[in-house]
Amino acid sequence: MSKIIVVTSGKGGVGKTTTSAAIGTGLALRGHKTVIVDFDVGLRNLDLIMGCERRVVYDFVNVINGDATLNQALIKDKRLENLYILAASQTRDKDALTVEGVEKIITELAEQFEYVICDSPAGIEKGAHLAMYLADAAIVVTNPEVSSVRDSDRMLGLLSSKSKRAEEGREPITEHLLLTRYSPERVARGEMLSVEDVEEILSIQMIGVIPESQAVLKASNQGVPVILDEESDAGQAYSDAVDRLLGKEVPHRFLEVQKKGFLQRMFGGKE
Amino acid sequence: MNQADLLEKAPVFQLKGSMLALTILELSSNELDRLDIQLAEKVEQAPQFFQDAPIILALDKCLQSAQPLDLVRLLSICRKHGLHTLALRAEHPEHLAAAQLVDLAVIPPSGARERPLAIAATAETATEHNFTPARIITQPVRSGQQVYAKNTDLIVMAAVSAGAELLADGNIHVYGPLRGRALAGINGNLEARIFCQQMSAEMLSIAGQYKVAEDLRRDPLWGEATQTYLNAEHLEISTL
Repeated sequence: MSKIIVVTSGKGGVGKTTTSAAIGTGLALRGHKTVIVDFDVGLRNLDLIMGCERRVVYDFVNVINGDATLNQALIKDKRLENLYILAASQTRDKDALTVEGVEKIITELAEQFEYVICDSPAGIEKGAHLAMYLADAAIVVTNPEVSSVRDSDRMLGLLSSKSKRAEEGREPITEHLLLTRYSPERVARGEMLSVEDVEEILSIQMIGVIPESQAVLKASNQGVPVILDEESDAGQAYSDAVDRLLGKEVPHRFLEVQKKGFLQRMFGGKE
Repeated sequence: MNQADLLEKAPVFQLKGSMLALTILELSSNELDRLDIQLAEKVEQAPQFFQDAPIILALDKCLQSAQPLDLVRLLSICRKHGLHTLALRAEHPEHLAAAQLVDLAVIPPSGARERPLAIAATAETATEHNFTPARIITQPVRSGQQVYAKNTDLIVMAAVSAGAELLADGNIHVYGPLRGRALAGINGNLEARIFCQQMSAEMLSIAGQYKVAEDLRRDPLWGEATQTYLNAEHLEISTL
């Protein structure tokens, strides 16, 4: 039984694409056949983060329009056996997506893959709506900051009312919250909302807390999903999130302020 | 497309919705002679008010008599005393036909609220049968969502986020933090109340009387379990 997961947020720049890439890669690492679909038509990014931008020939819109078959458009990841990417079109806009077209392709993907990860564009308009319309589960990405939390709240409302599951009166979309760019130091200084604050405001289950990390930017620029950087705290946190997504009980890490060691204090470690 | 064509297409009007306060002249009898005399007396009390005043003529509560209503004469009496009739509020076919003859707009009679209760006894039995169960919400009410409990109470068993809106003709109960807006008694029910476990609302309103977060935050009961009710047109907040 395949599972369609949308990664969404409402607000832009909170780490949806980074999360889609990390979670998709994490699932494939654990042996699940996974495809990541970029819904951000016109602002194609996923291929860059996945490091396959030079191999994009056909895209999502080509498949919808019937210019290419799904198998022609799917890009196989070079690192992992089970991982595929369907890129968005850079030359079109969101109007190129139709409910029928998207439904046909996602259903077809769901037949081939165990997990279909839909990387939603920002906003609550057509692109974001189509990305979440067919989802079975949602990962709502939020930064510990009031406007991001409010937008996520709005998105959670839409997930429970505007999805196909809601329209058909089936069991609602399973909602997971993923907090990114978390900095325990800034929370301790009272500059940032804490995990507890966000959980209380949104009242849904937290699937992961990704610490603010240099590794994320480095990984993006190199086109390597950050989850493959096993040394980094962000990579480990994403790995935990994938385990929780698969139903494992894993304690949250990186929520406390890290004490600097003697040498770090002497020579000044990186923040 | 040349310049002239563009000019042709430029909009020359705009449609806008608006609410106006208008005087309604409600006729209870079609004895026009008596109306003439009584209207003259009324106008004398406040000539400024009646000078060129636009009115709605309401005939729907006019008791039927053997004599048919002479609409043309009625309009001229009104005009004589300075009143401009904008429209007719009527439902009787005879009145509707008369209005059409003089090319006057007709609006339907207002809703049940203003209609007199026919007989107290029947009204009471009617309400017993017309019991509307409260609307119960068990899921969080998220930012941008709106929940309306028509003709009844609203009970929310989860959090109400900032940017969410609760509306009820009756009372509102929130068994979770209330961070959004809550408007009780929106149909004018002065007895409606708002109960909540944690009052952190953006706005509380009862029958149109409201307080926004800026005022609510200064209340010592901010964040506490409270009830809100109307006390002589003033919004009171007290502990539960």
